[in-house]
Amino acid sequence: MSEKFDVIVVGAGPAGTSCAFVCAKNGLNVLLIERGEYPGSKNVMGGVLYRKQMEELIPEFWKEAPLERPVIEQRFWMMDKESVVQFGYKGLEWGQEPYNNFTVLRAQFDQWFARKAVETGALLINETVVTECIVENGKVIGVRTDRPDGEVYADVVVLADGVNSLLGKQLGFHKEFRPDEVALTVMEVVNLPKEKINDRFNLEENQGCTVEIFGDSTKGNLGTAFLYTNKDSLNIGVGTTLSSMIKAKLKPYDLLDYLKTHPMVKPYLEGGESAEYLAHLIPEGGYRSVPKVAGNGVVVVGDAAQLVNAIHREGSNMAMSSGKMAAEAIIEAKKDDNYSEASLNRYKDALYGSFIMKDLEKYKDAAHIFEKHPQYLRDYVPMMNRAASKFFTVDGTSKREKQKEVLKSVTDERGTFKVLKDIYRAWKAVK
Amino acid sequence: MHIVVCVKQVPDTKIIKINPKTNTLDRRSAPAILNPYDAHAVQEAARIKSRTGGTVTVLSMGPPQAVAVIKKSVEIGADRGYLISDRAFAGADTLATSYALSKALEKIEQESPVDLVICGKHAIDGDTGQVGPGIARRIDIPPITNVIEVSKINSDEKKIVVKRKQLNGYELIESQIPCLLTVEKEINDIGYSPMPNMIKAARYEPVIWSVADLGEVDRAQLGLKGSPTIVGKMFSPPRPEGGKKIEGEPTEQIKELMKLLEEKIDLFCFKA
Repeated sequence: MSEKFDVIVVGAGPAGTSCAFVCAKNGLNVLLIERGEYPGSKNVMGGVLYRKQMEELIPEFWKEAPLERPVIEQRFWMMDKESVVQFGYKGLEWGQEPYNNFTVLRAQFDQWFARKAVETGALLINETVVTECIVENGKVIGVRTDRPDGEVYADVVVLADGVNSLLGKQLGFHKEFRPDEVALTVMEVVNLPKEKINDRFNLEENQGCTVEIFGDSTKGNLGTAFLYTNKDSLNIGVGTTLSSMIKAKLKPYDLLDYLKTHPMVKPYLEGGESAEYLAHLIPEGGYRSVPKVAGNGVVVVGDAAQLVNAIHREGSNMAMSSGKMAAEAIIEAKKDDNYSEASLNRYKDALYGSFIMKDLEKYKDAAHIFEKHPQYLRDYVPMMNRAASKFFTVDGTSKREKQKEVLKSVTDERGTFKVLKDIYRAWKAVK
Repeated sequence: MHIVVCVKQVPDTKIIKINPKTNTLDRRSAPAILNPYDAHAVQEAARIKSRTGGTVTVLSMGPPQAVAVIKKSVEIGADRGYLISDRAFAGADTLATSYALSKALEKIEQESPVDLVICGKHAIDGDTGQVGPGIARRIDIPPITNVIEVSKINSDEKKIVVKRKQLNGYELIESQIPCLLTVEKEINDIGYSPMPNMIKAARYEPVIWSVADLGEVDRAQLGLKGSPTIVGKMFSPPRPEGGKKIEGEPTEQIKELMKLLEEKIDLFCFKA
């Protein structure tokens, strides 16, 4: 005989686990189903966990969660073939409570987070694939899994099944991706002794650093690379939109190899030992790609709802917030025992009123514009490098003369009018 | 029919690393799993139960996190489980472990008489295969090791017939029950557990017993104190050297091979 729960959550990533946690905390009967061997075993992200959204779920989580290092420095590199222009910020206040963000290893963090949901009362089942939603009279009433006697029923099914959201597609909530709506990211965890990491990144005990790398890290294609410090390993990875990968005939692992052997990057990795290789799709379609997020007896959260801000590399925090908002809507729906689309649209309203949809709307054209006009990463980054080199080389030319030369080299290369147009377009895209 | 299955949590030795300095297992390098042979033991108990009815109880000894293997056993088909967990058990060798488990078995027996005990052939971290027979000896029931099939079981006549794996073939053994079986992997295939079992296991809270819960126990026989085993030396087995490739014309190759075989004749013949 099949059981009926208040809520079934499909997928124990940050979105699903947040939703399960909040539902269970409010006394709902929750079943959390994960396809991996354990939560986190199939999950991939660069490795930055934001404090704010996590704290809203579990106050002072940093006292018990398996975190790697609090990030006290964020660097940005505009990288050319044999040079790099850097800027960034380092602040000791980020190394103290309440912190800003942390590096994490997802395999450990997700397990811990799911355990918190279980302690709160959610039931977690691993190694189980949900093959479809059970729909009756236009309403989702449960899920079918790949196990014998695999049907389970619930008032609400939460689709937190990640970027590909097969279940969302089955319900017709979203279509297959276009190649410019997703990025393919490949990364490696490289083991390196703690002392070496501290020396190379100029860090002390329990201080972390993130480096975002633009330009030659993607061979000028639309995307970024990253280098993050864990306790005794580094996360290094690179991602570009599928469409630019196809256009430039790039293979993702070739790009990662290129990055790892790049003269600006290689010294950081020297002597390291590759421990893990991971690849994942990231939904980067932004505002316009967000599907229908609520239906009769069903809501969609996290990556499955395409909630990623590619420009600010935010995703897990949006996942957590969306999971929480979905849970709050379900709790309200439970009060009047009404799980219709109209009732669950409380979640949609909350989502569209929150920072998530506001941020996605702000950047709704950005990726598209940068993809259509590849000069930003392809041309301007090398130009910046040449300008910096010229400006900082001491060769007897006066500084005023140098400024003129630098400006002239930029406008010569691209033409004054084009430069102004590029600046205006970029400003409009992100304003 | 009340079947008790003894299970152990072990590091997954398929991926575990060995500390090159101490030659000991680096237990942090591998996840903890239910000993694979024990999984087959639980599955067999569930299969017997489906024929005869009754209850399958699992029993384990280990740190508190070993409840995970009891929950895993419930997924496979066990009804309930007990974990004995206490600092006093720490450092136990096979002698002390079989003593502690037999004491727990006696307690289970008091609650509901046990008809059959099943263990895995051995644990993949120690490979000794001693605990099963050790338990049988202590609770005075016959042990039958290396079982590959439970052919017949009759709880009214208190009889069991099993196939036991031998180097060249198998033995068919009839025994009284209660008895203790240790099982090989070929005894069954572990299926994909049904959803209701998964939900039951996710909810299940195993009972944890400390030494005090076991009643009259001779503490001198527990844990490190009760373990006379001394590990003399540990080493990784040497890697086999690459063989020699014989090249040339076929007839020459055969000549060369015959010559080599004659030289190393000792390797192929047992001396009288």
